[in-house]
Amino acid sequence: MNHTTDTPLLSLQGLTIALPKGADRAYAVENLSYDVQRGEILCVVGESGSGKSMAANAVMGLLPKGVRPVDGKAIFADQDLLSITEKQHRELRGLRIGMIFQEPMTALNPLMRVGAQISEVFEAHGQLNGAERSIKALELLTEVGLPEPEKAIRAYPFQLSGGQRQRVMIAMALALEPELLIADEPTTALDVTTQAQILDLIIDLQKRHGMAVMFITHDFGVVAEIATRVCVMRQGKIVELGEARDVLANPQHEYTRALIEAIPSDVVPEARGAETDTPLLDVKNLNKVFRSKGGLFKPAREVRALNDVSFSLVKGETIGIVGESGSGKSTLGRCIVRLETPDSGLMSLSGTDFMTLHGESLRRERKRVQMIFQDPYASLNPRTRVGMAIAQGPIANGIPKQKALAQADDLLELVGLANTADRFPHEFSGGQRQRIGIARALALEPELIVADEAVSALDVSIQAQILELLEDLKQKFSLSLLFITHDLRVAAQICDHIIVMQHGRIVEQGPARDIFLAPQQAYTRQLLDAIPGRPEATEIAS
Amino acid sequence: MNFFARFAQNRGALVGLIILTMIILMAISAPLLFPESPWRMVQRPFLPPLELDGFPMGTDTMGRNVAAGLMHGAWVSLLIGLVSTFVALVIGVPLGAIAGYYGGLLDDALMRFTEFFQIIPNFALAIVLVAIMQPSVTSIVLAIALVSWPPVARLVRAEFMSLRHREYVEAARLVGQSNRTIILRQILPNAMSPIIVMASLMVATAILLESSLSFLGLGDPNVMSWGYMIGAARTVIRQAWWLSFFPGLAILLTVLALNLVGEGLDDALNPKLSRERS
Amino acid sequence: MLYARLIIMRLLKAVIVLFLIVIFNFFLIQMAPGDPAAVMAGEAGATDPEFLRQLREQFGLDQPLYVQLWRYISGIATLDFGYSYRQQMPVFDLIMDRMPATLLLTGTAFVMSLGLGILAGSMAAARAKKLSGSVIMALALVFYATPLFWVALMSVVLFSVQLDWLPAYGFASVGTGYTGFALALDIGKHLILPATTLALFFMAIYTRMTRTSMLEASQQDYVKTARSKGLASGVIQRRHILRNALLPIITLAGLQAGQMVGGAILTETVFAWPGIGRLMFEALMQRDYNLLLGIFFFSAALVILFNIITDLVYGLVDPRIKEAS
Repeated sequence: MNHTTDTPLLSLQGLTIALPKGADRAYAVENLSYDVQRGEILCVVGESGSGKSMAANAVMGLLPKGVRPVDGKAIFADQDLLSITEKQHRELRGLRIGMIFQEPMTALNPLMRVGAQISEVFEAHGQLNGAERSIKALELLTEVGLPEPEKAIRAYPFQLSGGQRQRVMIAMALALEPELLIADEPTTALDVTTQAQILDLIIDLQKRHGMAVMFITHDFGVVAEIATRVCVMRQGKIVELGEARDVLANPQHEYTRALIEAIPSDVVPEARGAETDTPLLDVKNLNKVFRSKGGLFKPAREVRALNDVSFSLVKGETIGIVGESGSGKSTLGRCIVRLETPDSGLMSLSGTDFMTLHGESLRRERKRVQMIFQDPYASLNPRTRVGMAIAQGPIANGIPKQKALAQADDLLELVGLANTADRFPHEFSGGQRQRIGIARALALEPELIVADEAVSALDVSIQAQILELLEDLKQKFSLSLLFITHDLRVAAQICDHIIVMQHGRIVEQGPARDIFLAPQQAYTRQLLDAIPGRPEATEIAS
Repeated sequence: MNFFARFAQNRGALVGLIILTMIILMAISAPLLFPESPWRMVQRPFLPPLELDGFPMGTDTMGRNVAAGLMHGAWVSLLIGLVSTFVALVIGVPLGAIAGYYGGLLDDALMRFTEFFQIIPNFALAIVLVAIMQPSVTSIVLAIALVSWPPVARLVRAEFMSLRHREYVEAARLVGQSNRTIILRQILPNAMSPIIVMASLMVATAILLESSLSFLGLGDPNVMSWGYMIGAARTVIRQAWWLSFFPGLAILLTVLALNLVGEGLDDALNPKLSRERS
Repeated sequence: MLYARLIIMRLLKAVIVLFLIVIFNFFLIQMAPGDPAAVMAGEAGATDPEFLRQLREQFGLDQPLYVQLWRYISGIATLDFGYSYRQQMPVFDLIMDRMPATLLLTGTAFVMSLGLGILAGSMAAARAKKLSGSVIMALALVFYATPLFWVALMSVVLFSVQLDWLPAYGFASVGTGYTGFALALDIGKHLILPATTLALFFMAIYTRMTRTSMLEASQQDYVKTARSKGLASGVIQRRHILRNALLPIITLAGLQAGQMVGGAILTETVFAWPGIGRLMFEALMQRDYNLLLGIFFFSAALVILFNIITDLVYGLVDPRIKEAS
């Protein structure tokens, strides 16, 4: 895109923001300078802790308590946003700068009707009268593509889905046609297909209204999809700044290169076969229904989490189970490790019936299937030393404490954390904790490991390292792995076989390469298309 | 920052700790400073404060030394406060833990039971219990414990319910740890902080309850307590305000100190994690 | 409809709880030391064996326990709570006589403490970092720690004895023959001290709760959204923060209502307010267990009533309940 106007809409000049005492570094961002031109989409990219949202919050005057700008300027419409009064700032917010946030589920006031929350924007800036505001709110809801806008305007937030709420947020941010829209990770909390729709909506609205968008994200896939220019940040500093096309095709900085390489976006899985054909896990017609007890105000509800699910896994094989939230993929994993008990069906592990076990006999057999959890911060007891955390399993299964602890030392070394057994979880980073979680799963020498979104909570660069470790361990111990993920890109990297799930059913299953290159089902194609920044793969497919 | 540094950051908590220490010293030194029974008549009745040496707070309607009663009363208040809180914890923690950990029908049954005790007005129930069991230190402790355990059970249940689905607890189940080990080793230690904070506040409430019971004449007739002193002086409030004033102030300070310490413990044990992310 | 269903469910639950309290009461009488007949007679006729024999027969105390229980329950089902031999009146009549005064006192104190508590709490939250906020919270902390009966006594000393501003005892002046507005004014004057002293403690609770709840609500994402719209901070405080913060306070207020009935026992005792609290104190003094248990039953009934009301209010305020169907 060519920029005809010379003066940028927003210009950050040497912006430095101090963090409160006791934070992990002195400045959230340091000497930050970049411009946002009229009509462009600038993507600010960085991993968590890079300070990528800080500048946006400073521009909005919404910095958290204790965090304050100490140096530099933020020029917008001929005024320095850092030195204007709160009242002046308030007049800009909503009117000339709009903002949308990451969590649509919590970003709307639960006690106010959607229409009233949109009308509030006009009220805040003294525009229109009551009736006109409602009419305008309806127009806006129609424009952002909310189904049944007449109904939606009277709805409370809890009656809308996450994607719908994000559309309401966008309607609010656009109400007064601001010149600048700040979008802070607006699609991160959404499913891929919803994410794709919201991205399309933002691009469409940006073109129609000719506004500038400052889009904050951690995802280079999103960058490839929408960015005019991109600003890569790391630990509060700019690493690279330039035209999106140039940066993506030819990253100058090593960190940018690492980030781009870490996205498995155009990886097409190699054809691989299982090394053996000894069946390990055999699942037949598994069903699970969740019944929510009807309260006073809500009728009892039934959700079919698993609907006639059948598949089998041979020894040494990795199967990926892919689906969006609510697809039943996690329930399947939890049923297989027996954290949930299926309602009906058959489930056998190397010939033994693993489904009807219960009580003490289940406790004894549990060690045969282990799990790696999603959240590295919640999966370790904060009060247990990590060596002990790993040794607890063997101890519970009758191995003497000394021996179990010695094994734990070896396992920690195996996952690259030698001599750390007597530390507590809080002394480790997220990626390191995930390694500890893997060591714990290995400690019992299980026949099968279920990894439930095991890398989803990690930054991409860390994600790549953990996937590498898993690949490594697979080779070493010929592990059998059930890899549950919402992210097809991740599945492509590590899985031999892929199962696609939707609404509790298996939509499609087959070798990973086939699923990627020749998906048979419409839903699978939809999932593949929704992956941001993946035009190449679809071209190959079609 | 360590525990005490965080505690000491709350100035009020330090003040509370100092007051509390003084009251404990008072209770301990009572038998040394006033070895005689506080029930004994030692001077003429209605002696105003500061009129005679050795009677800084005067005497009551029966010529008993108010200062002696005050110091001996400290002992009773603290004792009943601590013991009844302990008994309430002994009832509430296991009930809440079982309800929260196992869930389902057991949880339903236990919670209905707890709700029943919670809906009955506390103080009225305590009165009825003490009156029926006859006033004594034991019956007072039991009555206070019986009306104070429901909030403990609810708190512990809520903690257990949120912790039992934590991934580390599920991991412990998967490696084959028994329910007992999981409850005692994985969950309970992580639920301790709010329990400790609640307990310190419960001691304060128990002291208030005890004084209210004694005020109504439901105190143990053999021990001197602050509530009794105020109750006995109620009818002569127009002639001798000091008889009610000093014991009431003592209750106020003790309860205030315990609340302050409780808040300090809360700050020290549950540091608010910064929710801001960049 | 949904709301009707809610009310029916709540009433059903109330009946069950009251039934359990009746059973509980029955066993308390059994637990009391000494002869149950003597207990029921309030030890009045303990010296008269003939009277006790009559009582035993009348209450079927010579019958097996389950028969006694049945008689007791069916008695209460017909509002027969027994007879107070001390006061020479049926327990039910005694309580109904005194109920209006208690309702007036607790109702006034409830409204006062909730209104002022929410006001003070939201002021303290808005001024969290300022001196005025700290002063409010310090006062709340002190009132929270002050024994109710002591504040009551001290306010008598200060406002009645020393300053002679307000009457210290009773419900209305004796022998004035006031009617209509003059009577209401007179009662109002008598009400000020008891209601205020009863309200102080609860006001402290609501103040602390409101502040915490508001500070918590102000951390929520929707507040950031509201700020990003350019709304003035006063509007954000009222419309977004306070409204959301009030929900947990409504629930708490229902639970605290029970404590207020308990507090009324102390206040009414100090101020000689002719309600069921004062009656309970009299029953205690006279060891009139029948009356005591009757009052206990009705105080629980009052709490349940308060709880139902707060539940209904909650249902009106929270759209997640209001709109669910």
